[in-house]
Amino acid sequence: MEKTIKKYFPLFMLPTAIAFVIGFLAPFAYGVFLSFCKFTTVTNWKWVGLDNYIKMFSKGADVDVFVHALWYTSLFTVVTVLIINIVAFAIAMVLTKGIAGTNLFRTAFFLPNLIGGIVLSYVWLMLFNSVLQNYHLTITSSPWSAFWGLVIVVSWQQIGYMMIIYIAGIQNIPGEMIEAAKIDGAGRWQMLRYITVPLLAPTITICTFLTLTNGFKLFDQNLALTGGSPNRMSELLALNIYQTMYGMTGWQGVGQAKAVLFFLLVAAIALIQNKISTSREVA
Amino acid sequence: MSRNTKKSARSESVSAVRRAKHGWIWTLIFAVISLLWISPLLIVLINSFKRKAFIFKNPFSISRYSLFADGFEKWSKGIEKAFFGVQNYTNGIQRTNFWSAFGCSLFITVFSVAAILLFCSMTAWYVVRVKAAYTKLFYVLCLFSMIVPFQMVMFTLSKFANMMHLGNPVGIIVVYLGFGAGLAVFMFTGFVKSISIEIEEAAMIDGCTPVQTFFKVVLPIMKPTVVTVAILEAMWVWNDYLLPYLVLDINKYKTIPIAVQFLKQSHGTIDWGAMMAVLVLAIIPIVILYIFAQKYIIEGVLAGAVKG
Repeated sequence: MEKTIKKYFPLFMLPTAIAFVIGFLAPFAYGVFLSFCKFTTVTNWKWVGLDNYIKMFSKGADVDVFVHALWYTSLFTVVTVLIINIVAFAIAMVLTKGIAGTNLFRTAFFLPNLIGGIVLSYVWLMLFNSVLQNYHLTITSSPWSAFWGLVIVVSWQQIGYMMIIYIAGIQNIPGEMIEAAKIDGAGRWQMLRYITVPLLAPTITICTFLTLTNGFKLFDQNLALTGGSPNRMSELLALNIYQTMYGMTGWQGVGQAKAVLFFLLVAAIALIQNKISTSREVA
Repeated sequence: MSRNTKKSARSESVSAVRRAKHGWIWTLIFAVISLLWISPLLIVLINSFKRKAFIFKNPFSISRYSLFADGFEKWSKGIEKAFFGVQNYTNGIQRTNFWSAFGCSLFITVFSVAAILLFCSMTAWYVVRVKAAYTKLFYVLCLFSMIVPFQMVMFTLSKFANMMHLGNPVGIIVVYLGFGAGLAVFMFTGFVKSISIEIEEAAMIDGCTPVQTFFKVVLPIMKPTVVTVAILEAMWVWNDYLLPYLVLDINKYKTIPIAVQFLKQSHGTIDWGAMMAVLVLAIIPIVILYIFAQKYIIEGVLAGAVKG
């Protein structure tokens, strides 16, 4: 059977493989290569070795912005991971009690997740700026108002998504365990501490890492809500890379090198998650 | 013994009453919270019918007079003044060329997702059934592509696409198939691995070619996964901004997110009247789809999250 299927390679494998090479593999490999070059287009390049990687962190117009973007993104990620997961978990706890209207509430909370980042950001930009104008401010008056603006938009968008995952996790907890704990006289906090949270560990891992990578890779909301203002001080990493690449002539190489670093960071997060998940499966 | 049963029965009924009472309070609280949760969207909807000057000044009120302080007459006059029907919509649609953007988004999403579903399900089946080094390598590369952020490939991808003349709604389907293949192949392989090979063998012995076997036997069993992948990829493609912005010939083709973003860029300041209307037009199709396919969307998202 395997032999017969094998003959159909041109039909079953080839279209996907060709598109995969065009849409991913070749751009990726060539992107890694170009990060070691000074270039303006893909055909006009000059090998410069590690220059781009050194330039990224050495003195220059861009380095302060980049270092700022690095810790601004880290802080943003930590804050959104905490807020999204805690609120989503709390909502999920209530929506698994079997109260009337559960389905309707779930529908409402999940809705923002389906709307794209650009569209959502303009909804919030209108709200933020119309409130802030009473104080003669805008959302991009300071890097910190921009920061919390982004936190609100992203939390609003993702809490519903994580809530869905938490609800599924909570519903998977066997009823006997809850009954047994109740019979043993466990209080509400004890139940949470010793039954719900430990049994939800895999779900918590999934949601934490989803929000972690989402925070790190955030682009659309950043572009539409703040555009990096004021003075590129609300740029997250992804937007910083974009601006280096397309906003600064002669810096494309540095932009590509940043992109490689960015990829390594995201890959590291993914590998850590994988390790945690598999180690739990073994144990 | 009988006393014990009675007692437990009573305590049960007591706790049931208490639970119901608490439940009622929770329902009330959550009714308020979830209404507040979607209120930004409702505010945009209401403001999309208001005059430009009245939107930004106070998006939370419908009249500049207070019903209680200024009386009903003034208040209702204020409403008349603030609202002016669908003018924002005609303005916004004209400025963004909305229907062409809508058509562009719809075309790209429908055909990219269709291509991803068809080709990646076939590939996944091939990858599982043909055990060879190259199929294993392809699978690993697919997994790998899932963790690569778009910024890593954006420059080279957009330039390659440009060189190959893929900067149109048909060409971009190839790009989406390539960049979306990772997730799709991964999800489909996961499912194919769980199908027992005997059914396919029986079909082949009965004279089916691999093509017939795949489309008549394998694909129908894969239906739940097809729905899941369709939802995940459609949500991605429909809302995607940067990839089409860099790949498409932007002077000719705009998707909805690009058109929305252009409403800001071309004027520096934002025409909030047109913006509100366009936002409503961008959100409404999603809400309608969500109402009808809610079950599938939530299940799909869940399956994708847990596996991904």
